[in-house]
Amino acid sequence: MAEHQLHPETWVDQYADYLFNYAVARISDAEIAKDLVQETFFAGLKSAANYKGTAAERTWLIAILKRKVIDHYRKINSNKGKAEVRMNYSSHTDADGDWLEEQIADPLSTHENSSIENEELGLAIQECISKLPKKQSLVFKMKTIQGMETEDICKELGINPSNLWVMIHRARTALMDCLNKNWF
Amino acid sequence: MISCEKAAIICNKKQYNEATFYEKLQLIFHLLICKTCAKFSKENAKLTSLCKKAPLCCLPEKEKVEMKKELQEKI
Repeated sequence: MAEHQLHPETWVDQYADYLFNYAVARISDAEIAKDLVQETFFAGLKSAANYKGTAAERTWLIAILKRKVIDHYRKINSNKGKAEVRMNYSSHTDADGDWLEEQIADPLSTHENSSIENEELGLAIQECISKLPKKQSLVFKMKTIQGMETEDICKELGINPSNLWVMIHRARTALMDCLNKNWF
Repeated sequence: MISCEKAAIICNKKQYNEATFYEKLQLIFHLLICKTCAKFSKENAKLTSLCKKAPLCCLPEKEKVEMKKELQEKI
């Protein structure tokens, strides 16, 4: 008996942002990332029969997206020469002593971890947002991520400002709770 | 003196730089005497900084609706 079941009609609401974040971090082109997310949904639908229910829906979709990202890079690198890895010892040979020792990463530096960590943080936040009620997550995203003006959001959603601030408050409290559990 | 509910609303507004000077003043005095709100305010600020630090982006609602429509056709 399968533990998980697919609900394609809820995919866009639940996972679109999460998958989009994942894709953008790897493709850094919003338009292509969007297309890949769309393709992922289609591919998921097509192979829904193969879904065994052992993994959660989101994990399964991420796995498909991962393949799509790889395929994308394969496509743009299809010429053999482009795929070749070229290594230079030093790009500026007249720099002060081009010793290899100077070019390895500083083991004490934590700087290169921070972008990985930030990406994970982004996904964690996105996951928490997806657990919020639809309206709250919508308001929170418009306000925090898209940085829209209060007035514009009110107009678009047909609510009054005090209504909006209550929703923001609930969303933020829930997010703090969720992040405290999952992140710290 | 303002109530905790009002303090929370002002605190949230402050996260988006939308609190007025008078509101901020009210908030500061409230935080001095209310430990619960002080804690909330601190965590709230932390959430803001986390959201700024993380590369958050999301699809505009319009594109999601389109996506949903296309997906719906294939189901």
